[in-house]
Amino acid sequence: MTRFIARRAASAILLLFATSVVVFGIFEVIPSYNPARAIAGRNATPTTVQQVSEKFGFDKPIYVQYGNTMKLIFTGQIIDYQDNLNVVDQFSQRFTVTLSLVVPAAILWMVSAIALGSISALRAGKLMDRGVMVAAITGVSIPVFLLAAVLLYLFAFRLPWFPNTGYVHFGDNPAQWAYHLILPWIAIAVLSIGFYSRVLRSSALDAVSQDYVRTARAKGLTQRQVFVRHVLRNSLMPIVTLFGLDFATLLGGAALVTETVFNLPGIGQYEANAIGNLDVPPIMVGAMFTAFFVVLFSALSDVVYALLDPRIRITG
Amino acid sequence: MNEQLLEVEDLEVSFATEDGLVRAVSGVSFTVSRGEAVAIVGESGSGKSVTVMTLMGLTRSPNSRFAGTALLHGEDLISAPEDKLEAIRGKEIAMIFQDPISALSPVQRVGAQIVEQIRAHEKISKAAALERAIELMGRVGIPNAQERARAYPHEFSGGMRQRVMIAMALSLSPSVLIADEPTTALDVTIQAQILDEIRQLSAESNAGVIFVTHDLGVVADIADRVLVMYAGRLVEQGTVDDIFYDPQHPYTWGLLGSVTRVDRDQPRRLPAIPGQPPSLVQAPPGCPFQPRCPHAFDRCRELPPLAPQLPDAGHLDRCWLKPSDKRALRETDGRIGLTEGAAS
Repeated sequence: MTRFIARRAASAILLLFATSVVVFGIFEVIPSYNPARAIAGRNATPTTVQQVSEKFGFDKPIYVQYGNTMKLIFTGQIIDYQDNLNVVDQFSQRFTVTLSLVVPAAILWMVSAIALGSISALRAGKLMDRGVMVAAITGVSIPVFLLAAVLLYLFAFRLPWFPNTGYVHFGDNPAQWAYHLILPWIAIAVLSIGFYSRVLRSSALDAVSQDYVRTARAKGLTQRQVFVRHVLRNSLMPIVTLFGLDFATLLGGAALVTETVFNLPGIGQYEANAIGNLDVPPIMVGAMFTAFFVVLFSALSDVVYALLDPRIRITG
Repeated sequence: MNEQLLEVEDLEVSFATEDGLVRAVSGVSFTVSRGEAVAIVGESGSGKSVTVMTLMGLTRSPNSRFAGTALLHGEDLISAPEDKLEAIRGKEIAMIFQDPISALSPVQRVGAQIVEQIRAHEKISKAAALERAIELMGRVGIPNAQERARAYPHEFSGGMRQRVMIAMALSLSPSVLIADEPTTALDVTIQAQILDEIRQLSAESNAGVIFVTHDLGVVADIADRVLVMYAGRLVEQGTVDDIFYDPQHPYTWGLLGSVTRVDRDQPRRLPAIPGQPPSLVQAPPGCPFQPRCPHAFDRCRELPPLAPQLPDAGHLDRCWLKPSDKRALRETDGRIGLTEGAAS
């Protein structure tokens, strides 16, 4: 186990390094990219731009710039070019919003996908199954930006059941917190519900024809016991894999569309702004933040694999 | 001994497939008594596995059709509703499967799998069930059962896994035990041990045993009576001695002739029955073996009944040839050439 953690930590460091180099490098090759001009403002004179460039070190060789940026990131002093805000502070403030959005949405999509996938597998070929699968493919096909906008239009504007965007801190008012987040949760969950339920259905149908399921039936277990203890248990593996990655990227800021549409001040919204303005420091931090979660959750899914299937051993 | 436990009457099983209705089992009738071991033999696709799976209700699906009855303690296993069947199977009628590697759940400890079997039918605590599971594992010859109950199936050898299956199947002392090719997936040295375990433990509880196999060595070793199946039908039925020393159906001769024998000069190639079993979708009319039978004649276009043709009423076969002709043909048929004197 120690070995496992050590190796995963080493690979995390490597991955973070690679990510930061790639992201930093991308901006060197963007033709019109000139951070000094952006910082100096639209009406700045060439002299001002020159001064800004010197002050921020944009005139130095790229490896020096990279080194400086990384130093600022890891000392927590990095500021964005757009608003002169401390990026690390922004991330730590906004992370609670992203957590509020992503964690309940993840619970919602896992529970719904397992329920719908199970129903579909149990009624395979029947009307119920077809209905669920059509709904699922529809859910997968709707782009998040469209779904979010439609939800907002229908249930906040046309029918004023839900508030029109915005965020309330859980500590201030838990009920309002949930009330403001219901539509965003749905917007994020629908895609994964559709996708995961289809994956679960097909892996459950594979499991149903396994010999050990036949044994379970031969034992005289009820259909329900056979399904839950033998079929479902053995078909969770693929969705655990999917979940690890999806959850990690969402925590890292991949919910940017939803956060932007619903005006939730999370990491995704910050990232979306940064990308629009080619604001390198938040983009760098965001990319590394995501990479960190991806490494963390792929390690965690390996642990869950081993719990689900004793034939799998955790090795580095 | 002669109390009839299981009475199967005119069992028909067919499956709707894209190619048409597959008649996997047609008009199969037989009985199993307490303490009796009945072997069902036949080549792959003869319907032997489907027959026993149907007794367990394991062939039920939206695409399967059944007719006939299978009475166990007066309850019809074929028409029983699912919840009634759930109460019967595992308790009154249990099954050991062919491949113990895939038949045990890979993610559950073996002790827990036996516990699950016991607790499906008896209201006892997990701890008490586990104690019984460990005792059962000891009885089927698993050393160090206390500790091994906590192991997973992949930590067992094939033979040990099959012992776990046996312990599981026998955990509630079922009156009928079905063993579907229980030794096929095991190596030869283990086969005999496993057969011994099954024989001994089923004798202890005086259970009726149905062996499904294509291994005639196993049949000779363990069975009291033999049912020979071909293309979904019983073609011959009799005691082990009947079948081995006085086989009546040409298909049975063929089966016996295709076994290697250490007491004879070895032929250059192992004899085989020429041809293929008929399609079960559109079975030809008449005797199903007719297209492959070297002795077929006009009358074989009509299906012969499964009937006793010898003074011995327990020995039935489905062939139009006269017993005297059969004996004569059997003697002169070089490929099969089985005689009473030589089979020892």
